[in-house]
Amino acid sequence: MTDDHTYDVVIIGAGVVGTAIGRQLARYRLRTVMLDRCTDVGMGTSKANTAILHTGFDTRPGSLESALVRRGHELLTAYAGRAGIALEKTGAVLVAWDAEQAVRLDDVVTKSKANGYLRAHRITLEELYRREPALGGGATGAVVIPDESIICPWSTSIAYATEAVGAGVELRLGVEVTAVTRDADAWLLRTTSGSLRSDWVVNAAGLGSDLLNHQFGHDEFTVAPRRGQLIVFDKMARPLLSSILLPVPTERTKGVLVAPTVYGNVLLGPTAEDVPDRQDTATTAVGIHGLFDAARRILPDLINEEVTATYAGLRAATEHPDYQITTHDREHYACVGGIRSTGLTASLAIAEHVVDGMGAGGLSLAEADHEPAVPHMPQLAERATRAFEDTRMIEDDPAYGHIICFCERVTEGEVRDALRAPVPAVDLGGVRRRTRATNGRCQGFFCGAAVAAQFASG
Amino acid sequence: MTVDALVVGAGPAGLAAATALKLGGTGTVLVVDREEEAGGIPRLCEHTGFGLRDLRRVLSGPEYARRWVERAVACGVEIRTRTMVTGWSAPGRAEMTGPSGVLEIDARTIVLATGARERPRAARLVPGTRPSGIFTTGQLQQWVHREHLPVGRRAVVVGAEHVSYSAVMTLRHAGVHPVALVTDLPRPQSYRLFDLLVRVGLRVPVWTQTSVAGVYGRDRVDRVLVRGPGGGERSIAVDTVVFTGDFIPDNELARLAGLSIDPGTRGPACAAGGVTTAPGIFAAGNLVHPAETADVAAQRALSVGRAAAAWLSQGADRTMLGASERVRVADPLHWVVPNRADPAREGDESVLIRSRVFLDHPRIVVTQGRRLLASYRLRHMIPNRSHHIPSDWWRRLRPDEDALISVSSRARG
Repeated sequence: MTDDHTYDVVIIGAGVVGTAIGRQLARYRLRTVMLDRCTDVGMGTSKANTAILHTGFDTRPGSLESALVRRGHELLTAYAGRAGIALEKTGAVLVAWDAEQAVRLDDVVTKSKANGYLRAHRITLEELYRREPALGGGATGAVVIPDESIICPWSTSIAYATEAVGAGVELRLGVEVTAVTRDADAWLLRTTSGSLRSDWVVNAAGLGSDLLNHQFGHDEFTVAPRRGQLIVFDKMARPLLSSILLPVPTERTKGVLVAPTVYGNVLLGPTAEDVPDRQDTATTAVGIHGLFDAARRILPDLINEEVTATYAGLRAATEHPDYQITTHDREHYACVGGIRSTGLTASLAIAEHVVDGMGAGGLSLAEADHEPAVPHMPQLAERATRAFEDTRMIEDDPAYGHIICFCERVTEGEVRDALRAPVPAVDLGGVRRRTRATNGRCQGFFCGAAVAAQFASG
Repeated sequence: MTVDALVVGAGPAGLAAATALKLGGTGTVLVVDREEEAGGIPRLCEHTGFGLRDLRRVLSGPEYARRWVERAVACGVEIRTRTMVTGWSAPGRAEMTGPSGVLEIDARTIVLATGARERPRAARLVPGTRPSGIFTTGQLQQWVHREHLPVGRRAVVVGAEHVSYSAVMTLRHAGVHPVALVTDLPRPQSYRLFDLLVRVGLRVPVWTQTSVAGVYGRDRVDRVLVRGPGGGERSIAVDTVVFTGDFIPDNELARLAGLSIDPGTRGPACAAGGVTTAPGIFAAGNLVHPAETADVAAQRALSVGRAAAAWLSQGADRTMLGASERVRVADPLHWVVPNRADPAREGDESVLIRSRVFLDHPRIVVTQGRRLLASYRLRHMIPNRSHHIPSDWWRRLRPDEDALISVSSRARG
C-alpha cells in the first residue's frame, strides 16, 4: 500500500454531517478524506427534507440533540450569511386545531424554555389570522416561534464540502466501503475503488450508519428508516403564507407542516411512515392524498395551486430518542448515528462536538497554517438579487444575461459555473441542486433539453 | 425605453397579434421571446400539417414558424429573442433580462402570448420515484430534434390527444419503441386518421380507460405501473415515459400583472378580442385557450391584435372597464373561451367550448339566470378538442350577471 492511500482520518458518508466534519477537520494539520457511495455530496437524508433551520424549541430537554440543535442553529445562521447560502428567518406559528391541542400549547412554551429557547410565546387567534389570513378556519390557539427559519439544504452540504476541499481535504465520491479490518496501528478499509489506511475513521453514513457500525464491531442502535413524502407547490402559492405553519407535535412525529421555501415555493409534508427498505424513496398515492387532506384544513387555498414536484426522503430514526454519537478512543473510531430530521440544523455543532471528542481521544489537532476560506455559493434565494437581475454580473459576463431555465430564471453562466465548481455537478441532478435549473413548474418542458445539452458539452 | 405595443411571446399567436397591431396603424411594436429563435412551439414540430387555416397551405412546423416571423418582420414588427420578461415594476412597465442586461420597457399596450405547456408528471400527482427518462412532449421534441440527445429504448406515452401522436412520431424518429398510448378516457381523442396510422400502421396499441399509477426506477425508469378498466394493475417494463397534453397556460406573467384567471382554462379571463380584466393588457393564443393548433391560435390572435390597435387609437384609456360578466361552464364542460362578456364590444370570433367527457349529439344551452339565451345541437364533443358555437347571444347578455353554458340533461349521451 502506498502513502497515497494513508490518512489521518477517513469520513464515511458525505452528507450534511460528514461534510461538516470534513470542514471542521480542514482547519487542522491532518490528512483527511471524505468518502460516499453516491456521486454527489448530500444525497441521502440531507437532500430530501423539510429544509427548516430549527431553533430546537421542541426537542427533548437535556438531550444531546437539544444542545446541538440550539448551537447548530446559531452556527449555521452565521455561516449561511458568510457563504451565501439561502436562508430566510420567516418564523413559525404552531397552530392548535382542537381543544385538546390548545391545552397543550402552554406545554410547548414551557418545553421551549427548558430547551433554552425563550422567545416562543402564545398569540391570540386574532393575531394569528392577522398574521396568516389564508390559514384555514377553526384554529383554537397558536404559539409563535420567531426564529424558526428556512434554508437551502443542497447548498449547505456543497458549501461544507467546497470549503473542506479548498483546504486540502480529499473528496472521493462513488466509492463504497466493502470491508473493514485493523492492524496494529491503523484501520484498513477495502472499497470499490482500492484500499485505504487510516488512523481514525468517522462513521457518518446516515441511513447505513448502523450497518457500518456493525463492521466496526459495535451495535448500539438500529436505523429504522422513516419515510417522509413532501409536495412542492407552485411559486404562485407563496403569498398564501408568511411563516412556517406547524402542527402540535406528538411523541412520534412533528406532523404535517406547510412552509415557504427559499426558492419561493410552498412545501407541504412530511408523512411519517416506517419502511423496511433503506432506499425506498418512492411517493405513494396514499401519502400524497393524505397530505392534500392535511392542507385542506391548514391552508385550503393551497390545493388550488399547481404541484411543481413531489418527493420522499428517509430519516435515519433509531430506537433511541436522541442522537447516537460515540467516540471509541482506543479504537480511533467515531460513530455519528441516529441524526434524525434535525441534522441539517445541528450539522456544524455535531461536527464541533465530534472533532472535540476525537481530539480528547487522542487525535492531534494542530492548527494548519491557513484558516480554510469560506466559499461563496451561487445565489439561489428567491428574495436575493440573482444573476439574471444583476446588471453588474451581466456586464462582466453576458452568459449571466442568457436565461435558459425560464421558470426558475437560471442562466447559462450559472449552469457553466456548476460544472466547473470545486465540487462540480456530475449529473443533471447535480446541476439542479446547484442552480435550480429544471426545478420549476415546467419540470423541463421548456429547458430540459437545453440544460442537458449544456451539461453534455461541459 | 417606450413602445406603443409590447407583445410577450413570439409564437404564432404573438407574431399574428403583432402583425395585426402593425397593420392597424400602431407605431412601435416590439415582440420579445425568451427562446433562441422566434416562432414558438411549431419550430420544434418537424412533422407536417401546419398552416391550413391561416396560411392556406400545408407546411412543416419550422417552415410555418419561419413564415410568421417573415410576415411580422415585413410589416415592421421588431423582434428580440433571448429576452425574457421577468416581471412588472409598474403597470405597463415590463422588467426583462436579455443579452444586453437588465432593462425596463414601458408599453402603452401589452399583449401576453406566453403559450401553454404540458402538465409534467408531478403536477399529475403520479407517485413513485424520480429517475431520469421522464419527459413531456415539448421536452422530448427539443431533446431529439434540437439537441440530438439519446432518449431510450422502450416508452409509454401518457395521453391519446393530438400531441400524443406527435410524441409517438418523435419517439420513432429517435429509435425508441412506443409500447402503448395510455388514456384514462374511453377512446382516443385525436383524428381517426392518426389513430389508424399509429394503431394499424405502426402497431402501437391505445390502452383506453387506463391510467398510470406509478413510475419507478432508481437512476433510470425501469417500469411503469398501469391500472386498467377493471382496476387491475400491471407493471410495464420501459425506460422512458412521455407525459403528453393536459395543457396548462404559462400564466405567471398574467397573474403577476393581477389579471383574473379563468377557473376552467387557468389562463387569463378574456372577452372577445383578448380583452382581459386589466384595460390595456390583452391576451392571445394558447395562454387563453390551452391548447389549440398553431393556425387556430394565430387566426384568433389576429383579432386580438386588431382589438389592441383599436384601443390604442381610441386613446388608450386605462380607466376604462375591462372584461366584466363571467361566462361559466357547468360540468361536464371543461372550459369556454371567451369566458368574459364585454358589453362594449361585439366579437366576430366563434366561441370555443370543451368537454371533459365524450358526448353524442349534446344540446348546449346558454342561460343567464332563468333566461335562455341560446341553444345549439352539436354532432358530438370529444375531450381535449374544442368545439365551436356561434357568438350571437353576446348581444343579448344583460350586464352584472354571469352567464352559464351547460349541456341539456335530456340530450346527454
